[in-house]
Amino acid sequence: MIRLEKRPAPSRLWTATTPLLAVLLTMIAGGLMFAMLGKPPFEAIRTIFWDPLFGEFAYYFRPQLLVKAGPLILIAIGLSLGFRAGIWNIGAEGQYIIGALVGGGLGLAVYPSDSIFLFPLMVIAGALGGFLWAMIPALLRTAFRTNEILVSLLLVYVAENLMASMALGLLRNPDGAGFPGSRNFQDYPAAFNEELIAGAGVHWGVVAAIIAVIFAYILLQRHMLGFQIKLTGQSPRAAVFGGVSPNRLIIFCLGVSGTLAGLAGLFEVTGPAGQITTDFNQGYGFTAIIVAFLGRLHPVGILLAGLLMALTYIGGDAAQLNLGLPSAAIQAFQGMLLFFLLGVDVLSNFRIRIGKGEVA
Amino acid sequence: MTGDQPLLKLEGLTKAYPGVIANDHVSFEVQPGEVHALLGENGAGKSTLVKMIYGLVRPDAGQMHLNGERFEPHEPRAARALGVAMVFQHFSLFEALNVAENIALGMENPPAQRDLAARITEVSETYGLPLDPARLVGDLSAGERQRVEIIRCLLQDPKLLIMDEPTSVLTPQEVEILFETLRKLSAEGTAILYISHKLEEIRSLCEGATILRLGKVVATCNPREKSARELAELMVGQTLHQPERSRAELGEVMLEVNGLTLPPATPFGTTLHDINLSVRSGEVLGIGGVAGNGQDELLAALSGEVTGTGQAIRMKGQPVGDLGPNERRALGLLAAPEERLGHAAAPDMSLTENALLTGWVREGLSNRGFLNWPKTRQFAERIIAEFDVRTPGPQNAARALSGGNLQKFVIGREILQRPDVLVINQPTWGVDASAAAAIRQALLDLAASGAAVICISQDLDELMEISDNFAALNAGRLTPARPASGLTVDEIGLMMGGAHDMEVAHVDV
Repeated sequence: MIRLEKRPAPSRLWTATTPLLAVLLTMIAGGLMFAMLGKPPFEAIRTIFWDPLFGEFAYYFRPQLLVKAGPLILIAIGLSLGFRAGIWNIGAEGQYIIGALVGGGLGLAVYPSDSIFLFPLMVIAGALGGFLWAMIPALLRTAFRTNEILVSLLLVYVAENLMASMALGLLRNPDGAGFPGSRNFQDYPAAFNEELIAGAGVHWGVVAAIIAVIFAYILLQRHMLGFQIKLTGQSPRAAVFGGVSPNRLIIFCLGVSGTLAGLAGLFEVTGPAGQITTDFNQGYGFTAIIVAFLGRLHPVGILLAGLLMALTYIGGDAAQLNLGLPSAAIQAFQGMLLFFLLGVDVLSNFRIRIGKGEVA
Repeated sequence: MTGDQPLLKLEGLTKAYPGVIANDHVSFEVQPGEVHALLGENGAGKSTLVKMIYGLVRPDAGQMHLNGERFEPHEPRAARALGVAMVFQHFSLFEALNVAENIALGMENPPAQRDLAARITEVSETYGLPLDPARLVGDLSAGERQRVEIIRCLLQDPKLLIMDEPTSVLTPQEVEILFETLRKLSAEGTAILYISHKLEEIRSLCEGATILRLGKVVATCNPREKSARELAELMVGQTLHQPERSRAELGEVMLEVNGLTLPPATPFGTTLHDINLSVRSGEVLGIGGVAGNGQDELLAALSGEVTGTGQAIRMKGQPVGDLGPNERRALGLLAAPEERLGHAAAPDMSLTENALLTGWVREGLSNRGFLNWPKTRQFAERIIAEFDVRTPGPQNAARALSGGNLQKFVIGREILQRPDVLVINQPTWGVDASAAAAIRQALLDLAASGAAVICISQDLDELMEISDNFAALNAGRLTPARPASGLTVDEIGLMMGGAHDMEVAHVDV
């Protein structure tokens, strides 16, 4: 019989290789699923994983990859700090929306402006919006011990309604013939988050994501605060003994994740989305939770996981278009990836022993 | 029943865990009505052995017989059905429920509450274990909680009662009540398997003893025919050193607590009432008492984990009650809590990271928040070397260390930071005898070098060995300190609250 034996310490080798193994297993299981649907499995896998990176139209897909991955990574980095400390911000989607509304709203309020300071001010306003929205669950938790999971999650729905009301009311384009949605930022150069290198997909949000990865790495590896975050997550009592103030850490972690989510929202709405509409948010705030865990809450892992997640979205879209795969099959495929990633995780903490283990 | 037949017979019981053989061909017998001691250091395999008897763990090899019949319990319920009952060291009781409800929860077919209450009262009177079935468990002392567990077992009418370190939570007077009960049970024919490392108790209570060392039976004897020292040396496998103290003159008052009153942080915590103490340079102040009487709360108030005590706590004259742990560390007030894994150290972090946990303030391990890992590693290596911590290296996780080694690391970490005052809770709990001796010696050396030491412990022998002055903590109140030399066991017991204000019920013999 097969037994699992707990390792004394997690295996570094397996921790590094399980993601690759999971991708491989996903390809096999996904290929079987595509074959059962009557689609060519190898071509489907190639369309999802290979073509966007190295195929004929890669020049189109690669920038898209960065555009998708940028906000995911930026949000996931912020979330990962809190998740490491056992502080669960599930409402990044709401902070993302509020960041976009506050920052975008600032730009629209002064329309038309051509000040070069406008965009930086909008960035600050977006960050502040996300920060303040995240402070609601943070302060409620520190003052009244409410559950930050519920509060932050429910505030997403509040934010979504605010967004719809803004798109239909206060921020509606006055020249838009009554259609819902704000002015388009593409037609508003001082407030537009344009590509830094034409055709590369790199906008300020992607730059911010890379900076966030580097800062998070230094924070966690080299700084006392990063140590305290890890300590609090592993052993809250030891953290208090070590002088960590739990309330300050809650404010810090929720504040950082709210700020980064707000930034992501601002960069998205003034760039790729281009417009505040009733539903410009694309669920990045929720997907980022998955990205954070796929990346094992490690900054470099999150960078890779964000890119992988973006790849499955873009490749999945391409497979739907080119091969006529149903979108449910693509979602199932993404689900398999998550399933296998978490499933093979057992190998880093356990050793598999085959053989008889018990004496009757 | 059947003359000479042993009640319980173990033959060649073996159980291995990854990397360690917990029990290696253990064989012994327990006769009906016998009080049999299972003696050994922590990690000798006592717990694994009784877990096999109680059906919690299945042996890899070997056989058990109960009353001559093959005995292979697959789960505790099967063991209980055959008359084996066990009182664990850590109680499994719900504090928000009353005594009768707690007992009903552990029964297969609980009778109606009223009938059960009547039976509880009946059993408790028969065996001299006073207990009110209607009281809330959260309000009971540790000794009373143990009675709940014992009565829960007795209601099943057991043939074999296993008791795991039952006296570690009791005052000397409560121990006497317990022993009366156990002797009465034994006289009625119930066998008792008594796990302990307290040798004097075993000599007064038990008729037979099996001594385990590193999973093997090293001796079977009648403990009454051996001296405590002989038993200890059998248990440890080497001769023991007594800690030596070099008397230092007591200096100025280092830490002073005046009228400290503190409500508990948790619903069933203990309120500290009007605590007064002072400890001088060179002094070891021993604080005795049964666990759960405010030890954790007192340590947290002194370490700075709980603040807001304002002027009540003064370090060298300066009020520190509102300072956090790291600010107090900077002033020289260091602490080592009881719970090693999860409080004094983070289980999954390396020893280097755990050295950083309390060491970064005084050892200068960070510069404007940026960590100096090489220096931290050196600090961890210094602790490992100077306190003889057995581990492959500082990169190892704290949970990979044995209890004694981790405790040496935790205590070494604080002592190497040259504290002016060290507050320590249960320094040798669950630590093997040789490590315990080393820890006590280190505490004495620290005091001799001019520091003040407050040692909170349940182990009275330990406190008598190292303390200059002794005070007892009982229900959140601290007695005035008295010189430790010359205190008798009875006096100590009374300081600890006697039998917690409970009359010794009549035992019908």
